[in-house]
Amino acid sequence: MNGAPGRAASVKRLKSISLNGSGVLVALVTLFPIAWMVSTAFKPSQEIYSITPHLTPSHPTLGNFAQVISGQASGIGSVWLFFRNSLSVTLATVLLASLISLLASVAVARFKFRFRASVLIMLLIVQMIPGQALIIALFFNFDRIGLLQNLLGLILVYAAQALPVTIWMLRNFVATVPKELEEAAAIDGASAPAIFWRILFPLVMPGLVATSIFAFITAYNEFIVALTFLGQAHSDYTLPIYVTYFFGRGGAQWGPIMAASTMYTIPVMIFFLIVRRRLVGGLVAGALKG
Amino acid sequence: MAEYAWRRGLAQRRGPQAAPLTAFVRRHRLAPYLLLAPALAGIAVVLLWPLVQVTVYSFQNYGLPQVTGAQPTTWVGLSNFTATFADPEFWLSLRITVLFAAVVVPLTLAIGTLVGLLLNRLGKKMAAFVSTAALLAWATPPVSASVLFYWLFNPDGGLVDWTLSKMPHWLVGNTDWAGFNWTTSGALPAYTVLTVLVIWQSFPFIAVSVLAGLKTVPDELHEAARVDGASPWRVFWKITYPLLKPIFLVLLLLSVIWDFNVFTQTYILTGFPGNRDEFNLSLYIYDKAFQFPPSYSLGGALALIFTLILLVVTVGYVRASVRQGALT
Repeated sequence: MNGAPGRAASVKRLKSISLNGSGVLVALVTLFPIAWMVSTAFKPSQEIYSITPHLTPSHPTLGNFAQVISGQASGIGSVWLFFRNSLSVTLATVLLASLISLLASVAVARFKFRFRASVLIMLLIVQMIPGQALIIALFFNFDRIGLLQNLLGLILVYAAQALPVTIWMLRNFVATVPKELEEAAAIDGASAPAIFWRILFPLVMPGLVATSIFAFITAYNEFIVALTFLGQAHSDYTLPIYVTYFFGRGGAQWGPIMAASTMYTIPVMIFFLIVRRRLVGGLVAGALKG
Repeated sequence: MAEYAWRRGLAQRRGPQAAPLTAFVRRHRLAPYLLLAPALAGIAVVLLWPLVQVTVYSFQNYGLPQVTGAQPTTWVGLSNFTATFADPEFWLSLRITVLFAAVVVPLTLAIGTLVGLLLNRLGKKMAAFVSTAALLAWATPPVSASVLFYWLFNPDGGLVDWTLSKMPHWLVGNTDWAGFNWTTSGALPAYTVLTVLVIWQSFPFIAVSVLAGLKTVPDELHEAARVDGASPWRVFWKITYPLLKPIFLVLLLLSVIWDFNVFTQTYILTGFPGNRDEFNLSLYIYDKAFQFPPSYSLGGALALIFTLILLVVTVGYVRASVRQGALT
């Protein structure tokens, strides 16, 4: 292997090695903190505070998880309680936001009306209003209507906060459904609800998956509203507030804390992996277009 | 027209009670407004009306005595704003916020873009491996990530301090790293951790967006440039960047808004409400509004200032979106 072709081949190989090498490096650096969280969760405390820490636990234990599940470590209840709270808030937010934004997206994608452009621009602007700016007023208003230390209050706030983005995302999906289908159905005598449920709804399903992902992340991760609204109502805590409370109690119980955050994190990771193709198609398109 | 289809569909709705109602809806072209009503109501109650209220508070003396009714609420003109501008803590938190964004935004964009370009060049399996790793970092909820980084940088048993203490002094300086407290030693160490944390969480979104944009660029363009002997640096700035400019503009504006807004991570990493010299604007607002004695008016004035700062960025974002034909 002499001369130009050989050199070209070795340059190519060198390039491929450096590309793949960078790929492995990026992946390992990115994965490392997660690996450390999971490994700490399985370590007995003498290994957590060992003089020479190791990535893999030499005597893996479920003790940290047992403490988190029994509620003994946090002192405010089993992790399952907070799991249930987070899950119900998240699912209710997803359903509410999807339904409302589907209706609204049909309006802005299918009808011409006077304030259409104003509504669209308003949506773009309100999605940027910082939550920290509104929390004071929200706190008083929800206190007045008795929804402060209450999961329903969180659901209403999260759904409304998700709407500007989910409407924009769904609008792009509704716009891609061929209008001829709806026209044909109307000529065949289908009513408006029938057109909506039988024709539009199945065709914008991918869009609804994308908006559901967005609403899911919004509700499952939300911190400042839950922190402010729930206050000392421990039994209503969502997972992020539970983990923060646990962490803030001090005593450096890193094993149980990492076990709790692992349990909080793993479901989203699985969810992301399942929906990954839609995540890229939907969320990115949504964020880029609106 | 589809609008015709929908109106026709509405007209064909049967039932004795429905008929006059649908006729009314049809005659006044109310359908789009009815469809929008729940969304607009939600947005008005949770986003728009509170903004109005906060604006009102910022011109009043609204605190605990006013909430309980012990003292009447009075209008105080601009005094909340003058008090805010006279507070050195406000300027410190503003400086921290701006500097943090100025460091994190370019770094996130650069790292995210590099990873996006890398993903585009990698083979199928390797690209799947790298993007899965990025996906997992992206999926980690901010609270989990913050608690995790607090632990990694902890002085008692944290991995980073341990690693630094094992490094030679010529490389890491003479600091006693073994017990170094990143979160209570002032803004610089705390925000160093926060920089790593926020970049780790947000570069995947940039990478994936850039990759999605790159997929729309024909490979031949890059191939041709490479055959002509152009360096990767030149190929990026002469071909890739101009083609993806709209995407980069939106990513830049979104990153600025997100990094200005950081609350969860700063709340946990700085150990709120301690370490006042580590407040960013978000923490400063929250402190004024909810730490005892709460001043909802000062909080309101700050919220208004904060919103106005972000509005400037938002206007840029809206203009960029409109220019991309988002309204059509």
